[in-house]
Amino acid sequence: MKRLLLGDEAIALGAIHAGLGGVYAYPGTPSTEITEFIQNDPLATERGIHSRWCTNEKTAMEAALGMSYVGRRALVCMKHVGMNVAADAFVNSAITGVHGGLVVVAADDPSMHSSQNEQDSRFYAGFAMVPTFEPSNQQEAYDMMKSAFELSEQLREPVVLRIVTRLAHSRAAVEVKDALDVCNLGICQERWVLLPGIARARYAALIEKQDEMLAAAEASVYNKRETAAGKLGIIACGIAYNYVKEALGENANVLKVSQYPLPEASIKQLAKECDSVIVVEDGQPYAEQQVKALLGADYDLQGRLAGQLPRTGELTPDNVAKALGLPAKATLPVSSIVAPRPPQLCQGCGHRDVYAALNEVLATYPDYRVFGDIGCYTLGALPPFKALASCVDMGASITMAKGAADAGFYPSVAIIGDSTFTHSGMTGLLDAVNDNSNITVVISDNLTTGMTGGQDSAGTSKFEAICVALGVAPEHVRVVVPLPKNMEEITRVIKEELDYPGVSVIIPRRECIQTLARKARANAAKAAKA
Amino acid sequence: MKKDIILCGVGGQGILSIATIIGEAATKAGLHLKQAEVHGMSQRGGDVQSHLRLSSAPIYSDLVALGCVDLIISMEPMECLRYLPYLAETGKIVTGNKPFINIPNYPEQAALDAELAALPAVDLLDIEAVAKDAGNARGANMVLLGMAARHLEILSPEQLCDAIRTIFARKGEAVVEANIKAFQAGYSN
Repeated sequence: MKRLLLGDEAIALGAIHAGLGGVYAYPGTPSTEITEFIQNDPLATERGIHSRWCTNEKTAMEAALGMSYVGRRALVCMKHVGMNVAADAFVNSAITGVHGGLVVVAADDPSMHSSQNEQDSRFYAGFAMVPTFEPSNQQEAYDMMKSAFELSEQLREPVVLRIVTRLAHSRAAVEVKDALDVCNLGICQERWVLLPGIARARYAALIEKQDEMLAAAEASVYNKRETAAGKLGIIACGIAYNYVKEALGENANVLKVSQYPLPEASIKQLAKECDSVIVVEDGQPYAEQQVKALLGADYDLQGRLAGQLPRTGELTPDNVAKALGLPAKATLPVSSIVAPRPPQLCQGCGHRDVYAALNEVLATYPDYRVFGDIGCYTLGALPPFKALASCVDMGASITMAKGAADAGFYPSVAIIGDSTFTHSGMTGLLDAVNDNSNITVVISDNLTTGMTGGQDSAGTSKFEAICVALGVAPEHVRVVVPLPKNMEEITRVIKEELDYPGVSVIIPRRECIQTLARKARANAAKAAKA
Repeated sequence: MKKDIILCGVGGQGILSIATIIGEAATKAGLHLKQAEVHGMSQRGGDVQSHLRLSSAPIYSDLVALGCVDLIISMEPMECLRYLPYLAETGKIVTGNKPFINIPNYPEQAALDAELAALPAVDLLDIEAVAKDAGNARGANMVLLGMAARHLEILSPEQLCDAIRTIFARKGEAVVEANIKAFQAGYSN
């Protein structure tokens, strides 16, 4: 049977059909749709596959490792920067090893369509010394989930599946196979206690497995060589293969790489048959660096580092065709009257009222800084509000405001969303409480994880209790409703809390208008049907 | 046969529904299809676009190359101009003609008109007004799909109507009929 699926959905369905026990994830573009698909899939529901959102990527990774320990196949999904959050658990899971198959999906975002950097998750897999799959299309994304779980159980190591935005969010027909039963290997009889003495032996065992990983990549059905005339050899990683084939069709002398470690023997063979080799890969020059080391400095190696492909940004059919020496088509210029149309906060969004109030109050101070965070409200950095001094990583608003306040700067304000606060803001708030830092923290609570499309937020209805439990004085945890009609009250509360020389938290709380509208539409549809 | 399409507009205008319907019709017709969407941050009132590729032969790239697009389908007149470098020499544009102004530096109407008039094959329509006349004020995207159906060639209007029925079936017969009516108004206008 064929189904039209996003790359993300193909991964989700592939995992379910590979006998998945549970998915653990925090929403992040472009990975969110994997978990959402599993949450809504009838077979996953019938089987009771775990799919509730986690508080952050680290808790997700650890829960998946626990599920693996008792013998189930577990999936962890995150955007590339989520790998930074999960890294402690991820890197050490390669030392403990796994029991039930464990696959970590890292969705990279070259060109930063919805992200703050272009980091390439293949480096993480290489760092942790575990295999990586990198599908070139939706069909491979589906098929690879079964292969990845099997390889994970064969090696008893976690396996990474790396995708990029263009595969995650592109649809194509996928040939779907029968679902395997939910796998259950039974509980692991070993102990995964990484005391130094034990960890040393485990690390040696991981290094021992490297040859087996390489052999698996050399023999992989996903790595294949196509020969054609000509003396330029092409190494095409993941979706780069599509752009190469789009440009050259049957005339591509190409080694397709979709499973790592890099198949060294195949690469050496290609280089021997050719005068030069170009590495085409989306993201950072991960393969190119390694191929360079493999072939030596004298070999004519081309790619992103060598300059035939751009150093930054995603691959396109155009920059790949150009790098392969094909002429560009004549094109019309972009019309000079076209104006940029950046994303913006929705009309009627509560974050707007929060920024209006903050700007009004803070304008009365000679100098001030608002440290921002990751979410819809990051758009408060743009006109008309231009309110933010920073946006770095999940949770950094609170700790950066603290650092500035520790240095004596005043007023130092943090603004953070509800979901981002529980993801990585709580620990920073505890630091601020312990130092009695003079900061005002605004937790702009829209009762959802808005930017990624409205997923459940881990702390909903618990924020006052969390802040008080962390040690914020109850009288300095203030809740307001961000609406234009309440502007007088909101500005007064902000002023009072700025005046308080310690940690205060203001929680403007009003539901995201997108989730509100979606609920209204769902109710209307239900009513129309009834 | 193949058709490379760019669908564009402003986040929230409903271009993904158009893509879904064409995708459904293409799959049913046994065509190969790739459709790259924009999710995430840009959806919030920013410019959005989707690359949609249909072909009787297998398709490799999820993105269309510059100078290769057969049809730009746009909800909004300035947005179609953003993707001109993608348009093939023989390519066509169908677009709604009513500006969606949510930025301070939106071009003057006269400049916009002159720019559109200078292009070889542009089909302009007040899709919001036509949708309203057809009794479906929220169906401007279906009017646009109807306009596009005149140039799609690889799929017939009947195949697209079937897909509308399938996609909207779960919302009830009234919604299906309202959308078919909007589609037909766009097709015959």
